[in-house]
Amino acid sequence: MAEIAPEADIPADAPIDVGAYIRTDRAGIASLNLAVENLHCGGCVRRIEDALAAKDAVTSARVNLTTRRLALQWRADQARAGELLGAVSALGYRLVPFDPELLRDGAAHEDQVLLRAMAVAGFAAANVMLLSVAVWAGEASGDMGPALRDLLHWISALVALPAVAYAGRPFFRSAWGALRLGVMNMDLPISLAVLLAAATSLHETINHGQHTYFDASVGLLFFLLIGRYLDRRARSKARSAAEQLLLLGAVAARVVGADGQVRALPIGAVNAGMTVRVAPGDRVPVDGCVSFGQGAVDASLISGESEPRSVKIGDWVHAGIMNLSHPLEVKVAAAGDDTLLAEIVRLTAAAEQGKAAYVRLADRAARIYAPAVHLLALAGFLGWWGLGGLDWQPALLIAVAVLIITCPCALGLAVPVVQVVASGLAMRQGILVKAGDGFERLAEVDTLVFDKTGTLTHGRPELVNGADIAAPVLARAASLAAGSRHPLCQALVRAAGPVVARSEAYEHPGMGMALGALRLGNRVWCGVDAASPGDGNSELWFHQPGQAKVRLAFRDQLKADAAAVIEKLQNAGWRIEIVSGDRPEVVAPLARQLKISQWRADCRPDEKVAHLRNLAQSGRKVAMIGDGVNDAPALAAAYASLSPARAADVAQAAADFVFQGEDLAPVAMALILARRVRRLILQNFSLALAYNVLAVPLALAGLVTPLFAAIAMSSSSLLVTLNALRLNGRGAQ
Amino acid sequence: MTALLVLIPAALFLGLLGLGGFLWALRSGQFEDLDGAAERILHDD
Repeated sequence: MAEIAPEADIPADAPIDVGAYIRTDRAGIASLNLAVENLHCGGCVRRIEDALAAKDAVTSARVNLTTRRLALQWRADQARAGELLGAVSALGYRLVPFDPELLRDGAAHEDQVLLRAMAVAGFAAANVMLLSVAVWAGEASGDMGPALRDLLHWISALVALPAVAYAGRPFFRSAWGALRLGVMNMDLPISLAVLLAAATSLHETINHGQHTYFDASVGLLFFLLIGRYLDRRARSKARSAAEQLLLLGAVAARVVGADGQVRALPIGAVNAGMTVRVAPGDRVPVDGCVSFGQGAVDASLISGESEPRSVKIGDWVHAGIMNLSHPLEVKVAAAGDDTLLAEIVRLTAAAEQGKAAYVRLADRAARIYAPAVHLLALAGFLGWWGLGGLDWQPALLIAVAVLIITCPCALGLAVPVVQVVASGLAMRQGILVKAGDGFERLAEVDTLVFDKTGTLTHGRPELVNGADIAAPVLARAASLAAGSRHPLCQALVRAAGPVVARSEAYEHPGMGMALGALRLGNRVWCGVDAASPGDGNSELWFHQPGQAKVRLAFRDQLKADAAAVIEKLQNAGWRIEIVSGDRPEVVAPLARQLKISQWRADCRPDEKVAHLRNLAQSGRKVAMIGDGVNDAPALAAAYASLSPARAADVAQAAADFVFQGEDLAPVAMALILARRVRRLILQNFSLALAYNVLAVPLALAGLVTPLFAAIAMSSSSLLVTLNALRLNGRGAQ
Repeated sequence: MTALLVLIPAALFLGLLGLGGFLWALRSGQFEDLDGAAERILHDD
């Protein structure tokens, strides 16, 4: 069979088709936004920025390490995008253009609105409190005249009223939305308390009254906005998983025309029936049949299995599969929205929507709490006005005091503060919390479903019989292997230690390496009887003329602490299952070794999701632990999910937690931490409730002055915050 | 008590100055890449 010579392929730095993403302004400055893969640290940021700054045409190049995005601007008439991007690609960073308009920046905008509201409320709270202290001090000493008190009240009103109008908007909007839908949420009593307190205080100020609640209303807003902001930041950390999946899709396909010419076309312009060429190291952009060439591909994105598959003419390949060894040509059967990858994206998006139905603890508490608060305040007003014989103004003041006292300051702060402390603690132990309500859901989990490859195992083959092979033989085999991208060859090189690559070695696709009479590769390649039995391990054979053929066996090894962690979790009462896309003969011994009785093999992504649904329907709360894009739908469909950090970016985005390192221990750690977080949240709720039981009768009795309200509000917020910080104290061990 | 007529506006003005500073920083994107900023200080160029 004819081999496509490497030179025939398009060079690696060929211009990527990014034209559709470039925006050029009137001054001739072109700008382009790109997502950067493999970006890890400040060093990477610097290398990329320096490489781009060295180009004369570039006016600005800024890498954002937090979002891993590059914003590039250059003079359009002086350089083409391809040249500039080639300089970055040459450093080993893959660039994927994106349209910032398409990525919903609404979330970031919402963050800013909250932050601004918080700043304004903070400013107003500090200044009004300052004035209030003067009023309280004057009252206590008795030497403040009513004129001065009125002046201070007026200044307070001047600061507080605009602040309430501005900083209260997030609550007012949400309360109004809930009201229109005919439901009650926590923002309703908040809005009512703040607005009523401000309005009655203004009324009191105009009528030279003694008590105003300006400080309480802005203070309340400030505390609640802190909680709201912390909460929101925890949630928005998780970027939409589906969005990232789409970024993985190829940007341009190299289409082979009828004349044999290769042109780069945007993926949208590729139709069934065309032929695309896939260079080694590139991802296949379409679903289709191999029409030319043969070699090894890495299908881990789709199947989750890291062992390379060899493909030849007539074999089926999917979009997202990485070509490892030799140029391939693929006859397009489906492109764009019809590919399996796009189907996985849809599965993931659908599963994520299901998850959004989870009602957080705080919201569940609010459903009971909000009506109770309203009824109490109303009872206070009616009681004092109708039965107590007071005028409506003082009766309303008492109702406002009840609203302020019961307002869920502690509640609003209790959960986010615990969440933030817990995320910080988890972060120090190598666990990244991606979902704001991840801990709450994880704490309720009773069943753990593990994926095999990359989760229980390292996800890459390791040489298992290295000790039986003489070191010089191993080194010689490795020097041949060093010239190949094949994962087994790379495992051999890892096992052999530093070797000198023999660049003259030639790789024969699907067979192995050759150097003179030396051969390294599969059974056929080395002349071993293909029918002789194997032992389930992957293998390479090494043939040296005149010597016995050497068998090199590889296996995807269990993580070092896998058995210990699984045993610990089983003893602690969690039910454990394995669901893998791998073959039964590989999964079975592994399950036996880990003493896991429930296991499934040969599961496609949709079957994994279906299995999780079944478990959920039988009343189980399942945490899925898995990696790879093929697990993304399952991760999104599970009640809670964890993913190891080496996994493809997408799986990370779909999971609630991402843990780092080669160990499984963080899974146990996250589960235990989640239970403690839940306990602390419930404790904080109890604290808030206890405080209400004490304070509400006083408020109803009309004994709560603004001074008392301010002290009670601050102290309860402080109390729940301190309680949350206890997590740090014991958790550090 | 006339001191109050100077001191209260002065206090409010200083507070507003701080608020304005924060809002300016927010608007000009000072908080957009906190991880990157922490690393950039280590580069000597």
